[in-house]
Amino acid sequence: MEKTTTFENHLLTVSVSPHIKSPVTVEKIMWTVVACLIPPLIMATAIFGIRVLIITLISVISCVLTEAISEKALGRPITIKDGSAVITGILLAYVIPPGVPYYLPILGAVMAIFVTKHLFGGLGANIFNPALIGRAFLMATFPVAMTSAWIVPKYLKHSADALSSATPLFIVKHYGIQALIQKYGSLSYIYKNFFVGIRPGCIGETSAFLLLLGGLYLIYKGYIKWYIPVSMIGTIAFLTWIFGGEHLFEGNPLVAILSGGVMLGAFFMATDYATSPNYKTGQLIYGAGIGALTVLIRLKGGYPEGVCYAILLMNGFTPALDSWFKPERFAPPKGEKK
Amino acid sequence: MYIASINFGWNLLMEKTLRTFKKGGIHPPERKEYTEDLPIEEMPLPSEVDILLLQHFGATCKALVKKKDEVQEGDIIGDVEKGLGACVHASVTGTVKAIGESVHPLMVSVPSITIERDPEAEEKQYKSVDWHGLSKEELLNRIKRAGIVGMGGAGFPTHVKLSPPEGKVDTLIINGAECEPYLTVDHRLMVEHPKEIVEGIKIILTILGIKKGYVGIEANKPDAIEEMSRAVKENSKGFDISVVPLKVKYPQGSEKQLIEAVTGRKVPAFGLPFDVGVIVQNIGTTKAIYESVVFNKPVVDKVVTFSGKGIVRPANLKVRIGTRVKDIVDYLGGTTPELRKVVVGGPMMGFAVSTLDFPITKTTSGVLFLTEEEIDLYEYKPCIRCGFCLEACPMGLQPNEIGIYVEAGKLEETTQFGVFECFECGCCAYVCPSKRPLVQFIRIAKMKAKR
Repeated sequence: MEKTTTFENHLLTVSVSPHIKSPVTVEKIMWTVVACLIPPLIMATAIFGIRVLIITLISVISCVLTEAISEKALGRPITIKDGSAVITGILLAYVIPPGVPYYLPILGAVMAIFVTKHLFGGLGANIFNPALIGRAFLMATFPVAMTSAWIVPKYLKHSADALSSATPLFIVKHYGIQALIQKYGSLSYIYKNFFVGIRPGCIGETSAFLLLLGGLYLIYKGYIKWYIPVSMIGTIAFLTWIFGGEHLFEGNPLVAILSGGVMLGAFFMATDYATSPNYKTGQLIYGAGIGALTVLIRLKGGYPEGVCYAILLMNGFTPALDSWFKPERFAPPKGEKK
Repeated sequence: MYIASINFGWNLLMEKTLRTFKKGGIHPPERKEYTEDLPIEEMPLPSEVDILLLQHFGATCKALVKKKDEVQEGDIIGDVEKGLGACVHASVTGTVKAIGESVHPLMVSVPSITIERDPEAEEKQYKSVDWHGLSKEELLNRIKRAGIVGMGGAGFPTHVKLSPPEGKVDTLIINGAECEPYLTVDHRLMVEHPKEIVEGIKIILTILGIKKGYVGIEANKPDAIEEMSRAVKENSKGFDISVVPLKVKYPQGSEKQLIEAVTGRKVPAFGLPFDVGVIVQNIGTTKAIYESVVFNKPVVDKVVTFSGKGIVRPANLKVRIGTRVKDIVDYLGGTTPELRKVVVGGPMMGFAVSTLDFPITKTTSGVLFLTEEEIDLYEYKPCIRCGFCLEACPMGLQPNEIGIYVEAGKLEETTQFGVFECFECGCCAYVCPSKRPLVQFIRIAKMKAKR
């Protein structure tokens, strides 16, 4: 909405104020998120082998291609350079097991980018998180691969048996936390390995430390706020402590937040701009809702892990949360709601 | 090292304890370094001036002179017949060359009087008088005759502002925040003329019949805080005037935000400062009040910041009202080849212009000559719902929704997001990573929606 006019030898730009703008652009934010997601990929390649790198690359390329084709087909400007489809590709790969067939992420990418993002209006207009819909779709269509294609990480020393590659949450769900401790030797060994990232799990979810590092950097840059991650992780820890043990107040909150997709979900998926509430009050409630649903699914549901469905369910609540919890007006006219 | 760390800690503590408004706000680059240390410089008199007949909020003045009339500096040459307004004066001695129209940065063109200066004329001398015995009516009358209007930009006639309903006002706030990037006019006035400003404050307090006055200054002007504090300490006997350092945060100088920062009171939507017992005056206006009362000097000149990388020599220039910007640019050595945008006012709320043929008015605080690297030339994208604008908006509005509704053509429905409480500070558009023209969307909504 700018106009240029000539004044002597100058082409002057004329536009509505403000005439200066922050250097932060959509591209800058998106590519920073991509950069924050790279260290967990290096870790995953180190512990699961080169195939996870290939899966991630296939996923990213499929997402970018699907984005380009969808935009072309729907008559929208091609925006593959903004980094948004790259993030979806990385996240989609990060939430599937490392041993799945190579074609799985391609199907997930079409579901994520074409159906979930572009059929709902494109960047900023989608209701549900594209990468998580991609995962949910693969869970429904390839349940065996999606729930059993685990790989035993390198550098992990624990008793070799039928449960070697099972995820910690699977063991906790079906055999109890004592079985997990027995398998890994001690609780401190569990904390150490889970924090660093040496445990079975989906490709990008294992290293709590690297995900935390990336998430904290995004908070430091102001690209995401702390409200959602803190309320989500806090709620999971709190509710697991209360209900997660054999008796009340005997659950292990630390194992709960270090396993499954909590860290990846809290910092990189629940904070997705388009699908989460815009303002802090709504964000706090949204994060707490994800936490509560995660614990409910983990303890009572059919799956060992619930982060994916918890986030998707709360995505559906986002429009309502946004209309209930608006910013406080400075001093609204008399009779109008604050 | 030890002292440096104590000093650092002290500064950090001061920064935390500085008063500010609570909600929203941003930290744009200050870019005051181009002009903040340059003393106010007087530009030689121009050979012609265009005195606009509308330089204020209110009705247009009627010309009181004819073509070829001789006028003296300070003569009233235009005045409003009825309604709100302020008179205009000849800013130089000379002959009326034309009565016509001039380019106006906002309103395209307005009626004006062009005066050709008489190069032989002697410089007018203003003699000082003691104002202490004067009645409130006489003080107000001098301000009215001097044609003083709010010089921060709004141009509201000062004699009207200083006549609030009896007993309504208990506090005066002088706005020395100058939170817009680049602008250094008020800063220089406070550093170079602190005593005159304090005297002006005393005159305003006398007119209002109150004792309490604050001078709010952003902490990025330590020299101004120091000079004003000293002048207040030495000269404010009988009054309760204090200098309040404010946190550096845009829009600290917005009237409602400043009142909240200094007094904690909140002016309700569509209300006026005196609804919470406050009157706010700009630094330049206060100085003009001093000159009008003590020297009987009308508004014939104005200090204006000329800055940006697009002008050869940036300056804080005292120029006659009506001086054409083109002539000032010539005086300052011209523009640089990289010039890309000319803005009247600050970069956050100022207006971009397409010509330099417009004259300086009573409300011009700065003219910025900006190069490509200083401005934004981004293409805008769809809203990604990041919520940055909600955090930034000092009024607690929802610029994101307003923008989306305007794009969808639902202009009337934007009132639910408080579109009429928006004062167009531009914080939302500044932080928007999609570079959406949110202020423009809001203006469109205001045109069509009903309040």
